[in-house]
Amino acid sequence: MALAVALILLVIATVLFHFLSPWWFTPIASNWGTVDDTVNITFWVTGIVFVAVNLFLAYCIIRYRHRKGQKAHYEPENRKLEWWLTSITTVGIAAMLAPGLSVWAKFVNVPKDAAIVEVLGQQWSWSYRFPGKDGTLGKADTRLVSVDNPFGMQPEDPAGQDDILVGSPELHLPLDKPVKLLLRSRDVNHQYAVPQFRVKMDMVPGMVTYFWFTPTRPGVFDVLCEQLCGMAHFAMRGRVVVDEQKDFDAWLGAQPSYQHARATTAGDVTAGQTLYATCSACHGAQAEGNAQLNAPKLSGQAGWYLIRQLNDFKSGVRGVNDADIYGKQMIPFASVLADDAAIRNVVAYIGSLPETRSTSTFTGDADKGRALFQTCASCHGADGKGIWSTNAPRLSGMSDWYLARQLKNYQQGIRGTHRQDFNGAQMVSMAKVLPDDQAISDLLGYVDSL
Amino acid sequence: MSFVAIADRDHEHALHDPQTFVRKYIWSQDHKVIAVQYGIVAICIGLVALVMSVLMRLQLGFPHVFSLIDPNDYYQYITMHGMIMVIYLLTALFLGGFGNYLIPLMCGSRDMVFPYMNMLSFWFYLLAVLILVVGFFVPGGPTGAGWTLYPPQSILPGTPGASWGIICMLASLAVFIVAFTMGGLNYVTTVLQARCRGMTLMRMPLTVWGIFMASILGLLAFPALFVSAIMMTLDALVGTSFFLPAISSMGKTMPHTGGSPLLFQHLFWFFGHPEVYIVALPAFGIVSDLLSTHARRNIFGYRMMVWAILAIGCLSFVVWAHHMYVSGMNPYFGFFFATTTLIIAVPTAIKVYNWVLTVWRGDVHLTLPMLFALGFIFTFVNGGLTGLFLGNVTVDVPLSGTYFVVAHFHMVMGVSPILVVFGAIYHWYPKITGRMLNETLGRIHFWCTFLGTYAIYLPMHYMGILGVPRRYYAYSSAIDFIPPSVQTANRWITISALFVASVQMVFLFNLVWSYFRGKPAGGNPWKSTTLEWQTTDTPPKHGNWGKDLPVVHRWAYDYSVPGAPDDFIPQNVPVDAHAPASHDSGKHT
Repeated sequence: MALAVALILLVIATVLFHFLSPWWFTPIASNWGTVDDTVNITFWVTGIVFVAVNLFLAYCIIRYRHRKGQKAHYEPENRKLEWWLTSITTVGIAAMLAPGLSVWAKFVNVPKDAAIVEVLGQQWSWSYRFPGKDGTLGKADTRLVSVDNPFGMQPEDPAGQDDILVGSPELHLPLDKPVKLLLRSRDVNHQYAVPQFRVKMDMVPGMVTYFWFTPTRPGVFDVLCEQLCGMAHFAMRGRVVVDEQKDFDAWLGAQPSYQHARATTAGDVTAGQTLYATCSACHGAQAEGNAQLNAPKLSGQAGWYLIRQLNDFKSGVRGVNDADIYGKQMIPFASVLADDAAIRNVVAYIGSLPETRSTSTFTGDADKGRALFQTCASCHGADGKGIWSTNAPRLSGMSDWYLARQLKNYQQGIRGTHRQDFNGAQMVSMAKVLPDDQAISDLLGYVDSL
Repeated sequence: MSFVAIADRDHEHALHDPQTFVRKYIWSQDHKVIAVQYGIVAICIGLVALVMSVLMRLQLGFPHVFSLIDPNDYYQYITMHGMIMVIYLLTALFLGGFGNYLIPLMCGSRDMVFPYMNMLSFWFYLLAVLILVVGFFVPGGPTGAGWTLYPPQSILPGTPGASWGIICMLASLAVFIVAFTMGGLNYVTTVLQARCRGMTLMRMPLTVWGIFMASILGLLAFPALFVSAIMMTLDALVGTSFFLPAISSMGKTMPHTGGSPLLFQHLFWFFGHPEVYIVALPAFGIVSDLLSTHARRNIFGYRMMVWAILAIGCLSFVVWAHHMYVSGMNPYFGFFFATTTLIIAVPTAIKVYNWVLTVWRGDVHLTLPMLFALGFIFTFVNGGLTGLFLGNVTVDVPLSGTYFVVAHFHMVMGVSPILVVFGAIYHWYPKITGRMLNETLGRIHFWCTFLGTYAIYLPMHYMGILGVPRRYYAYSSAIDFIPPSVQTANRWITISALFVASVQMVFLFNLVWSYFRGKPAGGNPWKSTTLEWQTTDTPPKHGNWGKDLPVVHRWAYDYSVPGAPDDFIPQNVPVDAHAPASHDSGKHT
């Protein structure tokens, strides 16, 4: 009896939860309203069956519970009833399958006028490629991928010269224009998913997969990876901004083409030496760093990382938080570097300086530190030397007091909270793994030993 | 038939009676002892998986509060939790445990037809579990690639356990498959060759049908996993490129070229989908028998039930790619697999109807096994219906990769079969030990488990519709569409999960306590018709039947036959005035 009551209450609770819970589809932002319709149809059909079967079961338990003199009815088969139930079920199944398949027929047929955008997935970020004026993407090959060619472009393919490369995980798309996303991965499986668009697809190395949709609502939407891709899967984040056409055009126009990127020359060490004079006051003549002046060691750090940080200081992505006292100090100095060439030059000079290890200022439990470092090692490498592909700078032999401060900044939301700081946002997620100051000491004690 | 199985030959039987403790309980060839060995090992490793789920829920419900696990641990635990629960607990328990115990007893045989191989099956299973456990202690820990072990990430840096852990996992699976193959051949052959006189196929209890069909599925499906384990091992150790195309991993170009990550997914799910039914069909069969026995009513539509088992078994081999709608395979496959998947819902629905119709017009005794069986109907209806969302390609796309999937498979593949396992243990424990399990503890166990698990999984469906992704170690507050209410819900889900997990200790206590102190059960406490309850001894001795094998005269469901003095007539009771002839689907077969 209690069970029958429980079943009835569970059915009621489930129905109430369905209607009262605050969670339902995010407001749709694409043409795939028909997908929501199929989900709704399925909810109605299955909901009726759920309520009917369970309430009937509860009725049977109450009505036919054991009492004195109660005897079960002996009836091995009832062909008529069985065929009726089978037929009704078949009709219900067809009512769900037919709309599902007809919507899927639209999904597999990409409109001819759909624009093409390539999404490149990697551990653990996204980047994008537009085909440029010729409307054709140049050939790419994963075996050509390197720090200077993250898309693996075939350098000599004429179709690729005008391709527009977007290094940031933020994609802009024009409103109301159908778009076919071509999905590529250079390492492991990922999935490009925006809940508001309803459709999504895995990206698989060695293949080009796709899906299409038409953005129907301007706005900013989170991109999630929904195919397990390793340790930082949960922190692999991107963004789609749906713009009016003119805003989109302006954004696209500001992105560099492949030709432009190829024309970029390596930095000039001699020119950089002159520029570095400003830096040396704090960071030291050998870029060895100076803890008293809160200036970290720069020598030995990867050039791509220094370039990115200087750009971030210049553009207000880093150092804008009022609590980031020392980051703020960098803004005027970074702004002294007038253009990209100046940044490349000074970074080239830093790269030419001899490298000395920083002295360690932390001692901690090495075993605990090693265990904590496992999380870090996925991106920064087991040797802590940094990996360009995961956007992870070098840690080993660098100023540990600086690393400690940055970890705390990430934990307290002082660094990594700017909307454009996607890598910083990952560090905000990761730094939470360190529960307290002791953990930071243990960790950095281990990093110093690398 | 003049054939007499070796185990049935009288002189052989006496000769092979084990004499020493070691031969009786350790190197045992008795199917009943092997069943218990399988059961104990499966429950022990299942407890490890339970503890891991508690640690994961603590992280999700109270992120960074306890700091017990980091992201690597989290992914290692989701992987090991899933693999242990599906393979090492459920598959092993239903086939190695219940299959071993029940097939010979329900079919009226003295033992499995290959007892020595049956013994080896258990020891290989134990070896597989040990290799699995070794994976926790190798450098880098166990694999964290997710229980689906998709390459390339399972064997590339960036995923925990990508060097040693994954090799342990693959080796353990390969050994498990060897163990299963030795057991599975036994189960199938015993059902086909060693049934007692009169036990036609269409007189077999549905439990045997379910386990029989599941064993056939396993024998056909596990090889796909076996070869993919070998291929992946070669990719990882020797540098072949079965599953790896050209890859730039961590900024370095790998030597591989030309392989296909999707090939692995096809192989995996060609095994993985039948695997769902390898677990589900024995559960279907067992629950049919529990419902019939405790409702004192014949199973409704027996023949339809048998055909449904066969239909589900066959169809389960042509639905696998419904796990891959958004995998990047040719999207045109979606039409085929959505259709086959929804077709499989028809025989499944028939089974549900027939369970409910068995209760209808019955004489329902709400015993412990019956509570679990009825609870199963509720959870299975829920989980089965959400399968219609995920099987229908268009509906699957927004829901795949979200908590809707987590909720669906835990309802249908976790809670439902586990409720059957519990029901079955409460039902057959008296035969295995001769004592009843404690009723009060059992009721506490049922109510807390049944209600608690629903409190865990019901909210997850709606989190999934919102779009909350699964397999996330933590949810950044920067994800705009996830409201704070999701975190609140996660906290309550964790509290429910802790509650349900701790209640399982009551069950374990009951298992041990009742073994010594439980009420003596007698030979047939549930007044059941099937042969295992008609043994001369309880627990049955080696050889099961004493001197003479039983002879079967009727089907397994003669409950409440009109004109009979009792409300059940065992299968081995001849047809006469006191036990009238009944409906019997099997008599002409």
